[in-house]
Amino acid sequence: MGMTITEKILAEHGGLKEVHPGMLINARVDIALGHDVTAPIAIGEFKKAGGHKIFDRNKVVLVADHFTPNKDIQSAQQVRIMRDFAKEHKISHYYEGGDAGVCHVLLPEQGIALPGDLIIGADSHTCTYGALGAFATGVGSTDFAAAMLTGELWFKVPETMKIVFHGKLNKWVSGKDLILYVIGQIGVDGANYQAMEFTGETLAELTMADRFTMANMVIEAGAKSGIFVPDETTREYVQYRAEREYTFHESDPDANYASVLEVDVSNIEPQVAFPPLPSNVRGLSKVGSIKIDQVFIGSCTNGRIEDLRLAAQLLKGKQVAPYVRLIIIPTTPEVYRTAMSEGLFDIFLDAKAIISPPTCGPCLGGHMGILADGERAVATTNRNFIGRMGHPGSEVYLANPAIAAATAVLGRIAGPDELKGVHKI
Amino acid sequence: MKFKGKVWKFGDHVNTDLIIPARYINSSDPAFLAAHCMEDADPDFMKKMQPGDIIVAGENFGCGSSREHAPIAIKAAGIACVIAKGYARIFYRSAFNMGLPIFESKMLHDLVQESDEIEVDGDAGIITISGKEAGLIKIEPIPPFMQELVAAGGLLPYLVKKRAGG
Repeated sequence: MGMTITEKILAEHGGLKEVHPGMLINARVDIALGHDVTAPIAIGEFKKAGGHKIFDRNKVVLVADHFTPNKDIQSAQQVRIMRDFAKEHKISHYYEGGDAGVCHVLLPEQGIALPGDLIIGADSHTCTYGALGAFATGVGSTDFAAAMLTGELWFKVPETMKIVFHGKLNKWVSGKDLILYVIGQIGVDGANYQAMEFTGETLAELTMADRFTMANMVIEAGAKSGIFVPDETTREYVQYRAEREYTFHESDPDANYASVLEVDVSNIEPQVAFPPLPSNVRGLSKVGSIKIDQVFIGSCTNGRIEDLRLAAQLLKGKQVAPYVRLIIIPTTPEVYRTAMSEGLFDIFLDAKAIISPPTCGPCLGGHMGILADGERAVATTNRNFIGRMGHPGSEVYLANPAIAAATAVLGRIAGPDELKGVHKI
Repeated sequence: MKFKGKVWKFGDHVNTDLIIPARYINSSDPAFLAAHCMEDADPDFMKKMQPGDIIVAGENFGCGSSREHAPIAIKAAGIACVIAKGYARIFYRSAFNMGLPIFESKMLHDLVQESDEIEVDGDAGIITISGKEAGLIKIEPIPPFMQELVAAGGLLPYLVKKRAGG
């Protein structure tokens, strides 16, 4: 029996010839990630267990991105715990201040996360790196502490759900819409404990940015991981970034799948996830008239340069609707600098948008754009749970950056075709 | 593992933002986190509950963010154990790793009322609803590897013990 790409990566890192779903294995970890919210607990556990030395100072990555730049004394204390630990253990990938960005955009950009890797992160969106053809999964702080200590972690080999995309994408439809559509079909626990493997001829059309967005949100269907088989698009992305060897794996033709979902993308329009669950999706044409108070374009889901370029294309020469706040957050220093040098900031500022330094900030209701009771936001983020971006009485609608930009201008949830003088390039 | 306590009922997909909202996770102090446990699901939860009480929930408990602050808040609040129809996988892993007892039962949620008193015998895999005839409910046995983690007191003590050859 053949193996899926996920099973191959797990087998290789477990030192095994083959693995099958349900097996408990102990596997070598290439990268272990923590951030300012999850690392302090892990560092405490590491010390409590008598840990003196981390397994490899080049393989533990710490990023201050959630409540940074430190929003209050408590957050500053958390970051200090992380910084002291990074200094003590001479961690080479420590990012704070002007080096730091949203971790799941930063790691691929800096060539730290690579194809074929086994990556664990004390953050649920660690699954993002599956876009590169890596096995990447979110864990809790204790698991992260164990990985820092031993360089290994236990895994139950997941079953794989295959999702096959056929057909040509409609106008304004992106990776965000495909993953929202799939979550809408299978539900927020539809892939619980499983790996989701994305295939099909439509994927060749998708940029790495789109693939990162899709892999990022597999956790919203309960999946352990999501993965794309690497191709030429992947190679172009990683070849000048990688500073070490990487491996392209693919699934065997006779690999075993728990289920197969066929999706004809030609039937999919831009999707909007209504509160309070990411599975609560509707096609844009069925949204109705929903007034909004805030739009947020950013996050590990949709805060890459491609997302900002798309927003700028739609916002050029226009202004945000009265009484609406548009918050744009480039996710890394590189994204920030590129957006600035391409003149996107001028377009954003002319449109009366707010530009923030890189941070996860408002996505999790941390800071930089918290909602009041009764306020509604459209966000390019990943979760629309009750109270996710602020007061429990506020609401979050998830959408792609094109919908978000058009919504900011029109003051209600809308598509770019409703904007005057917009043609898709 | 045996527990006896009052039931607090919650529905499906109780996510970690409801268990401990992000506005409090700029701290990792268990007592502080416990003070806000379940706040956005039920603002009065911490006023009503007593240490030793039991959370009974529906499907996919603990979905969303990986924040271990969620099982920490529940444990530090004094909740004896959680019994849900099912769990999101990161929460499930973390609960065993850090020593919060959790059990799976598809039936219990539909059979208990809020404030019922139940007895949980984790070793025998049986729940009894006090004062109810035929109130015996079987729970899914804890997988053997997870039992080892629980017996060692969590993942790190388990690893330390293993490395010492114990």
